[in-house]
Amino acid sequence: MIITVASGKGGTGKTIVATSLALALMGADDDRVIGGRQLVFADCDVEEPNAALFLKPSLSEKRLVHLLVPVVDPDLCTHCGRCAEVCQYHAIAVVGEKVLVFRELCRGCGSCTLECPEGAIHEEPFAIGSVERGRAGSMTFVQGTMDVGLPLATPIIREVKRLALSRGQDRLAILDAPPGTACPVVESLRGSDYALMVTEPTPFGLHDLRLAVTVAHRELGIPVGVVINRDGIGDSGVEDYCRAEGIQILMRIPLDRRIAVAYSRGVPLLKALPAYGDKLLALYGRIVEEAAP
Amino acid sequence: MKQVVILSGKGGTGKTSVAASLAHLASQDVSIVLADADVDAANLELVLAPKEMEQHTFSGGKEAIILPELCTACGRCLEACRFDAVLNENGVYRVDPIGCEGCASCFYQCPAGAIEMQDCASGLWFRSETRFGPLFHAHLYPGQENSGKLVSMVRQQASVWAAEHGADHVIIDGPPGIGCPVIAASGGVHLALLVAEPTVPGVHDLERVLATTEHFRIPAAVVVNKFDINLEQTAKIAAFCRSREIPLVACLPFDTVVTEAMVQGQPVTVFSEGAVSRELQRLWDALREMLAG
Repeated sequence: MIITVASGKGGTGKTIVATSLALALMGADDDRVIGGRQLVFADCDVEEPNAALFLKPSLSEKRLVHLLVPVVDPDLCTHCGRCAEVCQYHAIAVVGEKVLVFRELCRGCGSCTLECPEGAIHEEPFAIGSVERGRAGSMTFVQGTMDVGLPLATPIIREVKRLALSRGQDRLAILDAPPGTACPVVESLRGSDYALMVTEPTPFGLHDLRLAVTVAHRELGIPVGVVINRDGIGDSGVEDYCRAEGIQILMRIPLDRRIAVAYSRGVPLLKALPAYGDKLLALYGRIVEEAAP
Repeated sequence: MKQVVILSGKGGTGKTSVAASLAHLASQDVSIVLADADVDAANLELVLAPKEMEQHTFSGGKEAIILPELCTACGRCLEACRFDAVLNENGVYRVDPIGCEGCASCFYQCPAGAIEMQDCASGLWFRSETRFGPLFHAHLYPGQENSGKLVSMVRQQASVWAAEHGADHVIIDGPPGIGCPVIAASGGVHLALLVAEPTVPGVHDLERVLATTEHFRIPAAVVVNKFDINLEQTAKIAAFCRSREIPLVACLPFDTVVTEAMVQGQPVTVFSEGAVSRELQRLWDALREMLAG
């Protein structure tokens, strides 16, 4: 089973919920919860990965993520311009007798290589980030990190998921998604069994929750449920919306200074307030019920 | 005309609340144009009560579509696609629009001419009037690609308008993260104002967004939001700024009045004359000087 924690708006508490849910599942002494499955945590926010700050994993394995970018052999190139013509990202340009490749714009689709009539293009790997795997307690931990100054998050998210979800079928995976509603969020959500939306009861929270629900539920067909964080602030917009749309509010976390302080120190919610253990296991129970077809 | 972008790395640190208040305060002294460069979760409009003057469809990219009557099911498209977007469903080939990155590799490779590249509408952009000045903003359709291109469109429209109308400044509310939309939001600006949060993840993310602005040689300044949540982390941010010679221009206290203002659809500086608003005034005074220099 794959549960992805998303939100639309940033800073609503995705990482707080995702890390503590994973810790609660890891610590559950009831065998039926994990049921012999491998617990996996994957941080898909490769632009700003933060889960490791809370779960403090020991990372034993690191791989670079590469994009295959074109390299032109000047001896074979006839400057015909076909490569520039087929490139949809303006990543290759023919200027007089020179071919310029802008690796930062390349998406690694390989079209120029396939189309070059002279066979003058081959591809070389260009590192755009890395993925790491290790352990946090008994759970497998995976994260990806995009290199600073580069634009492409999705290929790294794809690698995070490949690494996290490769070992066997029998696993329970918690994925921490990036904020927003664009392609990195779609890449994180694809293939998930459940999308857990963490929101705050404010106009910004509601506005972005609607969009995130549209992506997860309408575009990708994934069942969604909501966690309201900082319950008590703001207004009733999120509740009204959930009621109208028939979306279950699975858990509420009240505005609590102790939670904010723990977060600011990099301490997981569950460590700061162990009473949340039962609530988080109940949350998991609700997710399992809701995700069942 | 000078442009300032508000960034944060981490989501939910208060970019939009700061941007809305700066819009209010700046408009009292100079003429400004506003741009909301967070096109997948555009929130600035929620606190500026914009009156829409223009609406445009934006198609930033193309999407492959296979014409079944011409397809010979040879499978070349599936071989060429590096994004797993071509599906073979019992011998019937189809493009998954969510996976398609519009690279057109399949289009060029198809020997039967059975693939078309169709414009895909990826969002809407608007010019609106607000009481503080014109606002350029956009809605990326949920789950779409090309958020960077839509951000560039919003920025371009805002700066052309600002130049034509002799505006003094463009204030840009940026997206979270450090990837493609952030790079599009900050290209060529005179100053990046980084809204930091005094938490362990907040400091981690500030370092990555600052590395990004440094990579593109954009001068930066830092404002700490909710500085009193964790004074130790605020001190860390201050020390970090000193060591990197980045001005720390203001420290905003935590106050629920910020959320109350958001619920009322107002910038906090319009809603309250309290400590947060006074510090925001100090922030604008500092920025004004930096932009004048």
